[in-house]
Amino acid sequence: MSTLDIELRLLMEAIYLRYNYDFRDYTGASQKRRVVQAVRALNCESVSELQSRVLHDTDLFTQLLQFLTIPVSEMFRDPSYYACLRTEVLPVLKTYPSLKIWVAGCSTGEEVYSLAILLREEGLLERTIIYATDINPVSLDKARKGVFPLSRMQLYTKNYQEAGGKQAFSDYYTAAYSAALFDRSLCENITFADHSLSTDSVFSETHLISCRNVLIYFNRKLQDRALGLFHESLCHRGFLGLGSKESIDFSDYNRRFEAVDKRERIFRKL
Amino acid sequence: MTTLQPATLEILANRTMEAIVVGASAGGVDAMLHIFKGLPQHYPLPIIALLHMQETRESKLAELFQHHLNLQVKEATDKESIAPGTLYFAPASYHLSIEHNLQFSLSCEAPLHFSRPSIDILMESAADAYGEALVGILLTGANPDGAAGMRAIKQAGGLAIVQDPDEAEVDYMPRAAIQLQTPDMILRLGRINQLLITLGEQHVH
Repeated sequence: MSTLDIELRLLMEAIYLRYNYDFRDYTGASQKRRVVQAVRALNCESVSELQSRVLHDTDLFTQLLQFLTIPVSEMFRDPSYYACLRTEVLPVLKTYPSLKIWVAGCSTGEEVYSLAILLREEGLLERTIIYATDINPVSLDKARKGVFPLSRMQLYTKNYQEAGGKQAFSDYYTAAYSAALFDRSLCENITFADHSLSTDSVFSETHLISCRNVLIYFNRKLQDRALGLFHESLCHRGFLGLGSKESIDFSDYNRRFEAVDKRERIFRKL
Repeated sequence: MTTLQPATLEILANRTMEAIVVGASAGGVDAMLHIFKGLPQHYPLPIIALLHMQETRESKLAELFQHHLNLQVKEATDKESIAPGTLYFAPASYHLSIEHNLQFSLSCEAPLHFSRPSIDILMESAADAYGEALVGILLTGANPDGAAGMRAIKQAGGLAIVQDPDEAEVDYMPRAAIQLQTPDMILRLGRINQLLITLGEQHVH
């Protein structure tokens, strides 16, 4: 084992013991790249020095957390996923008097607002509670504000249209300077909350869970834990949506879900 | 038939390689078809290939290459264990890494050199996982991606091979790599193909 690998393991152990954030079962290669970036950006000589400083400095830990999590997201990312939710999943969910949806690993909220728009257009938003969870409080704050860069709206509009959007996308936000402020009424029923797939347990029964591009950062063991939480949280025949290159093939849970749409990675609890 | 020079054979003779990573950009489809030509179905090493393409969700590379090759060709899947006799292609729009337990992992970090997947990221993680048992090959392209990756492979004790820039359809990528770190060999495509066949023949489990 290289010195750097030893340092990384010790850092993750230190973070777990000191802050109760468990990154020990995240995949190593990507984590290593991001810690090395953090070492440079936070002006440390080594991972060991970073560890020592982080143990004594809570603010520095919050800064490091921005490297350990990956806040790259986009509204209606993979439009065909949202189109499939609209045509295959929401018609089933419509039959319930009230709905609970969990967006696990919501990051800065782009996916949550996309879902809220979709639910409004299908007449379901009023009777839905959305739980949007993440481990990064800085990301959650951004998500709560619902303000995204105006420069992204061209891409998001294109995505929205490809996802079968029924209105003008600009109906949903107000442009001010370089920002797009999303309609506050979209988040009346959204609860943003701190929740970790590696250390926390199930908090509610849900009908749909969307967890996109989160499991790829987990090793098989942690993927299994997360899928276990989803299976437990989902109601009978509840739906699970994953990222476009994510797979449940390597987990024992693959026998406890059936594919609704294999290409879109939308599954249903058996 | 191209034959390998004695110096090349000597370098290969005392080594056991466990995996091959190949990166290319512009002109890379033809170059890769050339170097993989004639590799047998039960080739004893895995080959992990990354070709920069226009960012689209579905890559048709695996299908295209399967049509021309005896090797099993597939797109690499997150947390899949790497198997010999298989040519893996990096999926579009995600970075591809190799973990210490020799499984693939995908990630959505920002593009590097305007590229996602990035050759540097794949090669650096592969160098970390395979060390001196890795062969890195960098071919034609109009992008500096791969240069740092090839350097990482060399520094980890692996074998770094760059396509002869004079032959490359676009010479920017091989030249950038050679400039950053002198590779073990600079070869034309025919010789790289012969070297891969030889590596397979002399591989002992």
